[in-house]
Amino acid sequence: MAALLEVDDIHTYYGDAYVLQGLSLGLGDGQILGVLGRNGVGKTTLVRSIVGFNPPRRGTILFKGEDVTRVSPVGRVRRGVGLVPQGRRVFPTLSVEENLIVAGRRHGGWDLARVYATFPRLGERRTQRARSLSGGEQQMLAIGRGLMTNPECLIMDEPSEGLAPIIIEGLWQTIGKLRDDGLSILLIEQNASLALKLVDYVHVLSKGRIVYSGHPKELETNEEVKSRFLGI
Amino acid sequence: MGAHFWLIQIFNGISYGALLFLVGSGLSLIFGVMRIVNLAHGSFFLLGGYIALSVIAATGSWELSIPAAALGVAILGVGLERVFLRRVGFDVLRQVLLTAGFAFLFQQAALDIWGGDFMNITPPAALTRSVVVGGLYLPLYRVFMIALAAAIGLLLWLVLERTRLGAAIRATVDDAEMARGVGIDTQRISVVVFALGAFLAGLGGVIGGAFLGVYPGLDFEILPIAFAVVIIGGMGSLGGAAVGALVVGLANNLGQALFPALAYFTLYAPMALLLAVKPTGLFGRE
Repeated sequence: MAALLEVDDIHTYYGDAYVLQGLSLGLGDGQILGVLGRNGVGKTTLVRSIVGFNPPRRGTILFKGEDVTRVSPVGRVRRGVGLVPQGRRVFPTLSVEENLIVAGRRHGGWDLARVYATFPRLGERRTQRARSLSGGEQQMLAIGRGLMTNPECLIMDEPSEGLAPIIIEGLWQTIGKLRDDGLSILLIEQNASLALKLVDYVHVLSKGRIVYSGHPKELETNEEVKSRFLGI
Repeated sequence: MGAHFWLIQIFNGISYGALLFLVGSGLSLIFGVMRIVNLAHGSFFLLGGYIALSVIAATGSWELSIPAAALGVAILGVGLERVFLRRVGFDVLRQVLLTAGFAFLFQQAALDIWGGDFMNITPPAALTRSVVVGGLYLPLYRVFMIALAAAIGLLLWLVLERTRLGAAIRATVDDAEMARGVGIDTQRISVVVFALGAFLAGLGGVIGGAFLGVYPGLDFEILPIAFAVVIIGGMGSLGGAAVGALVVGLANNLGQALFPALAYFTLYAPMALLLAVKPTGLFGRE
């Protein structure tokens, strides 16, 4: 079976820096695929390649079998690629509800009511400006906003960054539930031990290449990869 | 100088500010959303006046000349944005050179088409009378300017704050890349905003043509004043444009009345002062 999202041998530059040096991966339906690695190995550049902010110079990206390598970010969102970016990047001057509305698509299963049911906290704060939310609430909003685009695949870049353990625990439950409801998720994380609790399969990134792939259980016991590439 | 004098000066300042709001709000929106420093904005103002004069000459209708001039300038703005500005992207130097080039081009074109004479737009007789309020004779046309600017301001506020399109525009101001990342077509937003800004400048040109006149050079006289409005109020803020327009309008009128020799000083001193103290303007974002 072909993967929902297929990244095939992409080479991406960030300015003059040659960041992704021939990276391939495939995200299957209803799966959480983890991409782990230390700071600066190209995780966020991978995200930017997939959503179209930094298209790769070489290689192809297929979504549902269609070549989207040269499709604009807006075109990719419309085809079903959702983004929860690093640093959350909610629209600070917009209210919670406006943040969700501007991302809303007419067709699909996600609307305001469903986002508020998933994150009751956002419903309570719907008229507040996004900049006044706590870090955890902003992360919920970033996820809710991504869901409002009705994605078939959600790219999450460092969702645990800067959040308290108790908040992360709730977040992880929600992400797991989204997967159980059929959403495919690409989870980019620097915090490997956290990510391993959640993902179905994992790639480890170093210097713009995948250096290890396996099931989380296998990686748990692979001390060499863990200490060499993940610092644990 | 009694209370009478002051009240008339303040009224005149507010009505001039109303005109400046039309020009400044468009300039401010264009910069806030698109990060474009539009040096052709004064040309939009002047062309609005000239188009209105042609429409009045052809049809005799002042009422018709207002939407015709505003829409005509808006269409010109869309063409400028789609064909030229979109290509230069976010490079400020290239934007400045491009829009300044077009400002000179429009100036020469206007001179070739409409000649170099000072012209005036004559509003209907009903608007040339005065009303007496509390012993003050207020020219009805200036009252009309204030009412129009207030109505336009309210309409803009409603669109920006109460509609999905307005929220998408504000999201684009906040973070354009992320806006694209949630499916907002920021190119479409840019066209809408540039057209709106040009529309408002063209509208200002018709309205202002009745008391500033329409003549070669008006474009480069109104441009720095519009920038003063935007700099004082803060780029990209509608409320800021309103406050900036009032400040500049009042400073200009009171300055001319009190120290005629220092008129330019009283006009631009508030701007220089604010730039030194709060470079983002009164309501601008960091």
